[in-house]
Amino acid sequence: MTQSASAPTFGANGLRNGPDARGRFGAYGGRFVAETLMPLVLELEGAYAAACADPAFRTELDYYLRDYVGRPSPLWYAERLTRALGGARVYFKRDELNHTGAHKVNNCMGQILLARRMHKTRIIAETGAGQHGVATATVCALFGLPCVIYMGAVDVERQNPNVFRMKLLGAEVRPVTSGAGTLKDAMNEALRDWVANVADTYYLIGTVAGPHPYPAMVRDFQKIIGEEARAQMLAATGRLPDVAIAAVGGGSNAMGLFHPFLDDAGVRLIGVEAAGRGLDTHEHAASISRGRPGVLHGNITYLLQDDEGQIEEAHSISAGLDYPGIGPEHAWLHDIGRVEYAAVTDSEALEAFQLCTRTEGIIPALEPAHALAQVAKIAPGMDHEATILMNLCGRGDKDIFTVAEHLGVKL
Amino acid sequence: MSRIAARFAALHAAGRGALIPFLEAWDPDPATSMALLRGMPGAGADLIEIGCAFTDPMADGPTIQAAGRRALAAGATLGHTLAMVREFRRDDDATPIILMGYLNPILSYGTDRFCTDAAASGVDGLIVVDLPSEEADMLVPQAGAHGIDVIRLVAPTTDAARLPKVLDGSSGFVYYVSITGITGTRSAGFDELAAAIPRVRRATDLPIAIGFGVRSPAQAADAVRAADAAVVASALIETLAASLDAQGRAAPDTVRRVLDQVRALAEGVRGARSAAR
Repeated sequence: MTQSASAPTFGANGLRNGPDARGRFGAYGGRFVAETLMPLVLELEGAYAAACADPAFRTELDYYLRDYVGRPSPLWYAERLTRALGGARVYFKRDELNHTGAHKVNNCMGQILLARRMHKTRIIAETGAGQHGVATATVCALFGLPCVIYMGAVDVERQNPNVFRMKLLGAEVRPVTSGAGTLKDAMNEALRDWVANVADTYYLIGTVAGPHPYPAMVRDFQKIIGEEARAQMLAATGRLPDVAIAAVGGGSNAMGLFHPFLDDAGVRLIGVEAAGRGLDTHEHAASISRGRPGVLHGNITYLLQDDEGQIEEAHSISAGLDYPGIGPEHAWLHDIGRVEYAAVTDSEALEAFQLCTRTEGIIPALEPAHALAQVAKIAPGMDHEATILMNLCGRGDKDIFTVAEHLGVKL
Repeated sequence: MSRIAARFAALHAAGRGALIPFLEAWDPDPATSMALLRGMPGAGADLIEIGCAFTDPMADGPTIQAAGRRALAAGATLGHTLAMVREFRRDDDATPIILMGYLNPILSYGTDRFCTDAAASGVDGLIVVDLPSEEADMLVPQAGAHGIDVIRLVAPTTDAARLPKVLDGSSGFVYYVSITGITGTRSAGFDELAAAIPRVRRATDLPIAIGFGVRSPAQAADAVRAADAAVVASALIETLAASLDAQGRAAPDTVRRVLDQVRALAEGVRGARSAAR
């Protein structure tokens, strides 16, 4: 680790104090939005700072996280999986047990309470796989707020059950046909909606990307994952894990897991990108492994782009990882060497999906199946006393159709 | 004096406002786009805005999104756009050219190298939609070093407290985004503009152009009555798009139809202030 060399970026207080006043993590992040949106982004930053300073906000959020979301989520020692891999002990942080079945709701609950404090009366969001859309539609139903979800037309087709869930919850799902009709295009369209509805609308971004303050705010709402897991690991094993590992698309579940461990130099942190059909094909979503820095959706970060700076389409079997960028804090953590970024292919993720299902009786989402595939690569080479903490950030009910198709099973 | 300053000074002396038509570079193909650019000054363009295609144009409505897709399909790059400007400058050294686009292709080209090449090609100004004043130091110093104006955008949401910050260090002209929304959707009325522009005027000595939602000769006339220039983009792109055949290819009359529309807009702009008085 090169932690000591990197510390000066945010002074002597370690790696957990970013971003700076410009919303930068090192060279990454910032606020690259049209002037029309800039005052709104600043308003949000002010409102979020005020909420953070108000103990009543935290009390309210804690109440909903406990009694509605079901936090804390358990830590599970995956004993049969550990035996099957034959090395380090593997622990799951079970955020798939949250209401709505993924970590996404942690952030949605925080932001919906903020939107209410700001007296916003209309919520918009983008979604890829539909998990963030479902979580947003859920909190909007809970608080009786109208909700518009932008979703790429291609994703609407391949994630039909989630589209129906969102509609049941009262959301309006608008299919986006511009571009390739996937997550990045949905985000463009949500930004266009926001710029046209500046007075009443709150844009509830689902990952640690977008203009400042979103990357920091979404991380703050997700870091409860790592805070709980850190205490649970200490309680269960008497020490911190040797490795913490999570899948990375935009990167919200990984930032949530990693952030409380950033200053624990002994904990190796690994983010797992989607290598799709392979890093050397053009069909992957590995922004860090194969991208380079640029500006998209309000921030500077690693992007999949061509030589002319045009954004390329991502590919992953997991719609939740199918995004050509990554949160700016990840970009910085990569550059300073604090977090390692690995990549796992569609077929490796599918194998891990089945391994988890059969050894632990847990059907994981395809996103954490990527993290698990990386666990399966490193655990056998580690000592039996060593521990790996993996964020099981979503359950796989939404993915059974995709998996069936890839296994050649007709449902 | 820069071409932009010289042009606005001459128009001011003549007592009329400016028409700034827009074309998307390489939409639908290089030759059509070049013919449009060449023909625009003769049709009454006082300044010209050239759009640079980007895969993710978050401030643009369906019309300009489609123009960008056609341009990218034709192979448009920033380098090609600069080549168009160089070609144009062989015959016209007076009409200011402003490139409008998004930051990432410029970063990818290399900011310094881009500003060097743009200046050498005869580009006068840049409008970078996703570069608010908070991030302006990523481009303004490099552009300024080559005598290129980075045109600032002011929106209806830009309040009085923020306005001086947005205009700090600005040059060329100020681009007033007349609606809260994306390009080519709705239009601001004259009363809205008449209320909004004096607020901007008090904060700057630069000319003010109005864009977003200026479509017809009458609206262009309103814009130059309220301010100094009218930018017309989506309405021209719609005419171009409507002239294309089923395969998206330009028709023999594509260029003529767009330039006829520029002519009509120019008449609106030129008649605006005399009609008002």
